Order: sequence, then structure tokens, then C-alpha cells
Amino acid sequence: MTGDRVFGAVMIVLALGYILSATTIQVPLFPDPMGPKAFPYLIGAGVIVCGLIMVLRPDPEADWPAATALLSLAFATIVMVAYAYSLKPLGFLIPTAIASGILSYQLSPRPVPAVLTGLGLAVGLFVLFKYALGLGLVPFPKGWF
Amino acid sequence: MELLDNLATGFSVALSVNTLILAVIGCFLGTIIGALPGLGPSNGVAILIPITFTLGLDATAALVLLTSVYYGAMYGGRISSILLNIPGDEPALMTTLDGYPMAKQGRAGDALVISGVASFVGAFLATIGLMLLAPYIARLAYKFGPAEYFALYLLAFSTLGGIASNNQAKATMASLIGIGIAMIGQGASGTARFTFGNLHLLDGIDFLVAIVGLFAVAEVFTFIESHGKSSSIGVKLDKVRIPWSDLKDSFGTMIRGSGIGFVAGVLPGAGASLGSFLAYMAEKSWLGSKGRFGTGDPRGVAAPEAGNNAAAGGALVPMLTLGVPGSGTTAVLLALLMTLNITPGPTLFTDRPDVVWGLIATLIIANFVLLAMNVPMVKVFVKILMVPPAILLPGVTMISFVGIYSLTGSYFDLLLMIGFGVMGWLFRKMDIPTVPIILGILLGGNMEDALRRAMTLSDGDPTYLFSSPIAIGLWIFAVAGFLAPLYFRRVIKKPQAITD
Repeated sequence: MTGDRVFGAVMIVLALGYILSATTIQVPLFPDPMGPKAFPYLIGAGVIVCGLIMVLRPDPEADWPAATALLSLAFATIVMVAYAYSLKPLGFLIPTAIASGILSYQLSPRPVPAVLTGLGLAVGLFVLFKYALGLGLVPFPKGWF
Repeated sequence: MELLDNLATGFSVALSVNTLILAVIGCFLGTIIGALPGLGPSNGVAILIPITFTLGLDATAALVLLTSVYYGAMYGGRISSILLNIPGDEPALMTTLDGYPMAKQGRAGDALVISGVASFVGAFLATIGLMLLAPYIARLAYKFGPAEYFALYLLAFSTLGGIASNNQAKATMASLIGIGIAMIGQGASGTARFTFGNLHLLDGIDFLVAIVGLFAVAEVFTFIESHGKSSSIGVKLDKVRIPWSDLKDSFGTMIRGSGIGFVAGVLPGAGASLGSFLAYMAEKSWLGSKGRFGTGDPRGVAAPEAGNNAAAGGALVPMLTLGVPGSGTTAVLLALLMTLNITPGPTLFTDRPDVVWGLIATLIIANFVLLAMNVPMVKVFVKILMVPPAILLPGVTMISFVGIYSLTGSYFDLLLMIGFGVMGWLFRKMDIPTVPIILGILLGGNMEDALRRAMTLSDGDPTYLFSSPIAIGLWIFAVAGFLAPLYFRRVIKKPQAITD
């Protein structure tokens, strides 16, 4: 109930922002009859209608996870973002071992297999990508070897 | 015979050593991807696309590899349905209904063989159907102008939306979000839209980033939430022998299931899950009290497997001839073609016969390869199935990251992929389908383009959109496709939301 209502309302606000932003699109000197603004307006209007339906006639509440599960999802997201930023400066092996180790631990909380999974995936995928598929991956941070 | 000439062209492309090796690799990978719970045809193909590009394969080779993966995944999905009672992918859902009871009765081997043969029959007949039907539709599509194309895109969204969710408003919302995302960037018209001064957004949002995020990364989140609760303890598989009498009994079922599945697949947007569902339900009512459906009837595994594999082939028809995908996975394959600068549609058949007929010939070969892999060699895949999610899913995540990173080399795209992953998880929780989003991102630009060209041709007269019999017919199907599920949902209670 509430989930659908909140989502519908958020989408209506986003759609209004989308339409507002579409009003600032620069129209070329010799536009076609529709121009570049009309289609985005239609999309925004459609989203508003769908959002209203979700607010007025919501489905039964989704089965939301408990706070602990939400926390571990948030943590997994942070790990992925950190992984995205560390790939270039730190090379492939170290971030991959750490990130996949953490994700593995989150899926099955046993430390030793998680560490082994992290190490195994880092080395295994590196060999696969670098030597079997020929991708230009850098194994370690620059200047280590 | 024009058809035979075309086939000869196809086999001359397909029967090269490289192509055959790629087909075998694709079939093998595909069967694994299909068998592993949590990886299905759409996310399996999605994570492999970026890798395929970085390998620098040419168009035919890339298409051969990934359609072999696609067909392979459709075969492989049944393995975990039967042994673990967990569908390896969505279309294999119906196979659990009789496959798992059979396995519990000690007939796991029989179920695997029957479903393997049914998959072969379905996929083989569908490939023949594709061969006969596709050139005909391509010729018809030559007559399509912008008004017809606009109606066709609407048809795709309405049928997909009708089937993918239990709530029309949510499915429509998903399509609109996808189309809205497609507007970002500097499209063909050269006008920059919704870029907010961000240079990364000028080229628009790469649909591969969205696909990998929504399909692969979202899957990881879903598993983390459930704590990887898919236990790998299933039914044991003793020996595999061929149950001739059951095969003979279910032959008619396979043929009927293939026919139903193929038609379901050809309809834009419907896809393999619908094919297996309809094939199972139709067979259940056809056999009536003669069948023991739900308690381990061999025909109960033959029908959905013939249905979903035939639908997989059928779904290639609208994708290749009209550029409108018939399912989630064909949407991913369409993304592949578009990235390779191949525009699917009627002209594909005249401009690139090597691609089309090479693909068809490969599918025929792939079917025989898959039959061999999935019947005598099925035990190999049963072993691989025992990989726990705690190893598999971190691996999927890393492959997704490396794939996107080596394709675009930008942090921004990786962050966007994570964002789509979170979005995919949230939407799945709320029963908002994600396949329409992909379809929207893929087709949004073309859809606007068709509408604007129609308005230019007619000088802004909206009635032009309904000015030809083909366009009117497509509009009628679009409206019917959108409204029909509202009615049928009350009649048939679905086992759960069907998407693929």
C-alpha cells in the first residue's frame, strides 16, 4: 500500500521535473511540426497518470526486508561503489579479492570460504580475462613491480 | 527454390571452423547459465555482451555466440527445475510442476531426457518456423511507413506490459521510464536534451549499462536479501537411460506444445514464459482426466519445455524482421545488433543475408549440439549446478564490472550500472517489471523518430497515424493486447508474475 503510494508520488514529482526540464530544450531554427519537446511532454504526462493510479489504487504492500537485510544491501551497494572507484588506481587483483570476498560473506556468512572465494575469483577471473579473452587488465597498482 | 539458396548461403557461413567452435562454446555456456538458478537467458546474455565486444568479434560471430547461449539457456533452465525444484530461469517455472515430482519418484533421469528431447523438438520446429515465416514478414514490413512503425512500437509495449506485470499502470510506468531515459542525450536530431550540462550524458545512457545493471546486478541484490537461501541440496541423479515408451507417449504433446509456444513467441512482447505457460495449460486441458498433471506426468515436462524453446525461436521473428523484440532476451540481442551497427528490420534480409541466414543455419546446428549436450552429457551440467551462490554471484558481479569497464572505461557508467541494479531490485520488490524499461531505452528513440516523421509527412495531422489498414490493425492489436490481460487475469490465476 504505502510503498506504491510513495513511489507513485515520487514519480509524479520526477515527471513534473522532467516536463519542466523539457521546456528548456532548445528548439532548432527550422523545427519539424512536433519539435524536440512534444514527445518528452507526452512521456511526462503518461508517468503522471500512471503515478496517480498507483497512489489511488495501490497493490498490496510488497514484502519489504527487515532492517538488517536493508543494511546489508546498503553495505553491498557501498562495496560496489568503492570497487568501481578502486579498479583504476589499485589494479584488478586486490579490489576484486576484497569486494568478492565481502559479497561472498554476505551471501553465506562463513569467513574462510569467503576469503577463499575472494582470492579464487580474483586470480581465476584475472587469468580468464587477461589470457583467455585478452582484455587489458592491470593486475596491481602502478609502480609495484 | 529461393529458400534453399538462402539456406545454402547460411550454411556456408555457419560451417566454418570458427563459427562452429563459437556455437559449441555458446551452447555449453548457455546450458550452464540456464541451469544455474539466478542466471537466466536475459542476464546471461547481458553479462556476456560487453565481453563479446572487447573480444572484437565480428557481427556474425558475436551473433552466433550469443544466440547459441540464448538457445542453450532455454535448454538448461529445466535442469534445476527438475532436480532442485527451483526454475533455472523464468520460462522453466512450469517445468517444476511435473519435473520435480518425477525426480522425487526416482525418475530424474527420465525427466531430464524427456525434457531435453522436448526442448529439441520445440527449438527445431521453431527454427523451421522462423525460416519460413521471417522472410514473409520482412516483405510485409517493407510497406511500413512511420505511422505503421509507431503503431508497431506501441503494440510491443502494450503486449509486453500486459504480460509482464499484474498491474497495467506499473507496466506502463516502466515502459515510460525506459522511453524517458532514451530521450537523454544528443539524439539523431542533434538537440541536446536532459543532459544538465553533464558531458557523460551527451551520448545518452548506454543500454548495455542499463541491461547489465537491471538484470545481473539486481540479481545479486535479490540474493543478498534472501541470504543466498537456495540450497543446492536436491534430488540425486542415478543413471540416465532413454525412456522410449514415455517419449512415444509424449510425442504429440511436444508437437502441440511447439506450435503453441511458437505462436506465443512470435507475438511481440510475449516471450518464452508465456509459451511454456500456455503449452502446459493447453495440454492439461487437452488430456483432461487422462493426464496426471502436477503429480509427475512425463507429458507435464514435455509440454512446457517444447513450448518455451519454441517460443524462444519464435521470439526471434519480430526481432529480426521488425526490430521489435518478442521477449526480454531478444531485447538484449537487439541491443547487441544495434551496438554492432546492424539495424534489424526488413532491410536486414536483403542487406545482410549472410547475418540472417548464417544465424538460422547456426541455430539448426546449435540444436543438434544442444541435444547431444543435454541428453547424453547432462551429468556434466548437474555437477556444475552444485556451485553455491556464494561463489557464483560475486563472480557474476565482477564479470559485470569488468565487462562494462572494459567497454566504456568510465567510472560514471559503473556507478550508473550500480544505480540500475538498485533500481532493478526495488522494482522487482514492488512488482514493477524491468523488461519494459529495457525495451523503452532500446526503442524510445526510434519511436519518437517514427512519430516525428509521421507528423512531418502529414504536416502535423494526427489522423495520419490511423491512415492505413496495417496501422489500424496494429492499433487494434495494441489496444487488445493491453486490455486482454485485465480480463484473462480474472479467468486464469497465474502461478506468479511471468516475465522473462
